[in-house]
Amino acid sequence: MSIKRLLSKTETISLCIGFFVILVVLPFLNAFFPENHPLHVSAFTLTLLSKYLCYAVLALSVDLLWGYTGLLSLGQCLFFSLGGYALGMYLMLKIGPRGQYHTNLPDFMVFLEFPKRFPETGGLPPHWIPFQHFWFAAAAVVWVPALVALIFGFLAFRSRIKGVYFSILTQALTYAACLMFFRNDFTFGGNNGLTDFKEILGCELNAPSTRRALFIATGLLLLGSYLLCRWLTITRFGKIQRAIRDSENRVLFSGYATANFKLFVFVLAAVIASLGGALFVPQVGIINPSEMGTDKSLEAVVWVAVGGRGTLIGPILGAIGVNWLKSYATHSMPEYWNYILGGLFIVMTVFFPKGIVGIPGQVRALHQRWAATHETEPAIETGMVAPVIVANPEEKP
Amino acid sequence: MMITDGFGFLKRLTAVFGRQFCLWLAMSCMVPNAQGAEPRALLVEAMTTNDLSAQIALIQKLTDSPDPLIAQALAAWRQGGVYLYDAGDNLKVPFLLDANADASGKSRGIQIATGESIKDAAGQPLLFLPSDLTAVDTTSKLRKAIKTTLDVLALSSPNSNFRRDAASKLGQAQNAEYLPHFEARLASEKIPDVRKALEEAIAITQLASDKPEVRLAAVKKLGELRSIPALDLIIKLEAAAKADEKAYPSGMAAAAAGARKIIEQHIAFGTFIGTCFRGLSLSAVLLVAAIGLAITFGLMGIINMAHGEMIMIGAYSAYIAQNIFVKWFGEGTSGFNWYFVAALPLSFITAGLVGVLLERGIIRFLYKRPLESLLATWGVSLVLQQAMRAIFGAANVQVYSPSWLSGNITYADVTFAYNRIFVIGFAVAIVVFTWLLLTKTSLGLQVRALMQNRQMAACMGVRTDRVNMATFAFGSGLAGMAGACLSQIGNIGPSLGQSHIVDCFMVVVLGGVGNLFGTVSAALGIGVTDQVLQPHFGAVLGKIIVLSAIILFLQWRPAGLFATRGRGLEG
Repeated sequence: MSIKRLLSKTETISLCIGFFVILVVLPFLNAFFPENHPLHVSAFTLTLLSKYLCYAVLALSVDLLWGYTGLLSLGQCLFFSLGGYALGMYLMLKIGPRGQYHTNLPDFMVFLEFPKRFPETGGLPPHWIPFQHFWFAAAAVVWVPALVALIFGFLAFRSRIKGVYFSILTQALTYAACLMFFRNDFTFGGNNGLTDFKEILGCELNAPSTRRALFIATGLLLLGSYLLCRWLTITRFGKIQRAIRDSENRVLFSGYATANFKLFVFVLAAVIASLGGALFVPQVGIINPSEMGTDKSLEAVVWVAVGGRGTLIGPILGAIGVNWLKSYATHSMPEYWNYILGGLFIVMTVFFPKGIVGIPGQVRALHQRWAATHETEPAIETGMVAPVIVANPEEKP
Repeated sequence: MMITDGFGFLKRLTAVFGRQFCLWLAMSCMVPNAQGAEPRALLVEAMTTNDLSAQIALIQKLTDSPDPLIAQALAAWRQGGVYLYDAGDNLKVPFLLDANADASGKSRGIQIATGESIKDAAGQPLLFLPSDLTAVDTTSKLRKAIKTTLDVLALSSPNSNFRRDAASKLGQAQNAEYLPHFEARLASEKIPDVRKALEEAIAITQLASDKPEVRLAAVKKLGELRSIPALDLIIKLEAAAKADEKAYPSGMAAAAAGARKIIEQHIAFGTFIGTCFRGLSLSAVLLVAAIGLAITFGLMGIINMAHGEMIMIGAYSAYIAQNIFVKWFGEGTSGFNWYFVAALPLSFITAGLVGVLLERGIIRFLYKRPLESLLATWGVSLVLQQAMRAIFGAANVQVYSPSWLSGNITYADVTFAYNRIFVIGFAVAIVVFTWLLLTKTSLGLQVRALMQNRQMAACMGVRTDRVNMATFAFGSGLAGMAGACLSQIGNIGPSLGQSHIVDCFMVVVLGGVGNLFGTVSAALGIGVTDQVLQPHFGAVLGKIIVLSAIILFLQWRPAGLFATRGRGLEG
């Protein structure tokens, strides 16, 4: 399939510019300008941006489910964290004797007296052992969340759990997993999670070159996920996906096994989120169970709602924008951040259901309506304005 | 340095003990002063003589004195807190220091003989500094005697709970010296609880007796009493009797085995009752919290993620009601005890009003977009949480239970707390009330009509807007009452709602949407399962298992326990 069919002209141009900046300009500015030069981009800024980009990947996965398939998953952060934990385990084992206790065992295992629990392996729980190899951890980033999503999705879609029930159950799943990871004897560091990483693939994590490489990798991951989602949405598969969103029963009666389609999208979204999480952890330097709390998943949904669901650029803009706002607000007015976030939720869902990306369309529709009422001709409804939106005519009123 | 520190510690210890006994004193202020005159004289004599054996004999005579000052003085003496005041003419007056010291650390001296403070010639109370005084000496023998007397004194405490606890504690010591005291007390004791504890104490003490027939009778008696504390002793005895049959009279092993079986059965029964009660109580909490959601989500189809915050608002309303009553009546007064009666309607109204605002302001735009109502109401929940943090602070606030809700009763060695019983009763009442409202009133009829077919109901003249508002307000109000109710059994903080919201949704989804009976069954199922699992897996793992079980259960019955059957394809 040619690029022309895959991307529209404006999309190609904006993508090129955006990713040129991310993949080339910013790392260049970071590497080749001295620290006090006005054009220098600090490692801190780079890491912060990188964090936003990881969140953008997560937002894309939420959008693929919610915006394109109509499945509002409130457990997407679970998969994000699973990816993070999988890579975190590798990073944890690479700390070696540089930890607080100067043993080869990760600190929390010494602290929690694992040598007594697992004497035959010297304290390392058996399922941690293969994570000494990067390839295994990298594979786990893909297959662990995929397996969890496959099992849960199979159970949920087989019994035709949909709509809000699906949302509530995914939330319960995340909640259960979060409680599980909080337990110390679950062997994943309990409350504190995994942290204090030193190196990845033999490179110091704090070295500027490693930071740049990770930043570029994150950019590439985002670009890749974007192109994958774009390709998916313009294929026949994408059409069925959207048909399921708009009227699942019609698709079902047309002879499609909707459950299989949904299962595939659910697993794919889980893997995308997990990859984002895996790149998130070495850059942020910590992963703990609060990252998979129910509130985090809901926050990811806000990014998509703010940016505009059902588009691919919306979630990316939303994730970066809201997180930038969060960094700013939690720093300069921490007591108002919850008001801002809550307000965003309310305002966006009630007044701008199509997000930032949809605002121009809403303004145009409003203008046309205004024009129509000011003509002598009978008014023609050319567009709909929030809050009078009928998203799904088949939904039970 | 060390020594002064040591003294300081002792001083504090004395002060603490003194305060405890002062409490006791306050509780038993009914006892007239004159009654204790003779024992006090004995005590004063014991404190002033130098002959150890005479002292011990005197102290042993004090064992049945109901005078609280005796116990206080003895305890102080044992800790080195009794001093002598030289009143001239070679007259020594023993006294102890009042627990309430003034700013400079000085306090009044309380005469043991009269219970009054020591005064100087002008009639002003004299103040003493503990470090200036030398305590009346004690030896280890004397202290032991004092301890025995104090222990036995507790048996005649005016508070029946103290008496019961003292009897259980002394029985465990298996000290034959206490036997006459137990028996003397048993003869005059009227409260069944204490009688049982005394009989148990006697039997346990007799277990260590030299005479085989006494031990045999004691074993049988303990079996009859279903004495849980004696179980370990009986098991040991049974093992010993089986190992060496000659040293024990015939039938000892059999008797011990019989007693053990009875007691073990009793324990199993108690555990069963306890699990049932805890399960029922957890179910009631879940039901109370979820019933409002069963209305707003189950009947109206609104995913109200701010439901937990409605509970929180109700709980804070109870807190406000409490504070108002404290202001009007003062804490701990009988007027204050009624605050909870006012708190229930107050929380219902407050949460109901917030519900109306929420419905009119936000939710009515989202009736056709249920997934988005989930997001908007989650935004509301964030805002409400932050608002509560701004108003009441991030820390938990304390709501004190009225006296008629604190305390507990014990039956078959299982403790039933009043507030838990209240929650169960409240849950039953609220379910009956909701059921009546939904089935017997015209509002209920309209609500059900709307639930089945909104457009058709509108065509028939049901004012859907108003009914929506009223239903949502009612559901929110119920959540508010739940908050007031939960304030009696847990802490209140800005994140109170968050800890309930997942459970609430689980209850409603599991029960089947739009079905009150389903909600009740689901709450019972989750609550009891949780409590049955908890002893084996711990609280967190138990909860995880319950959550997973619900997810699996919905495989089998995707629409919940009691699905409303309809012919429609969607919904």
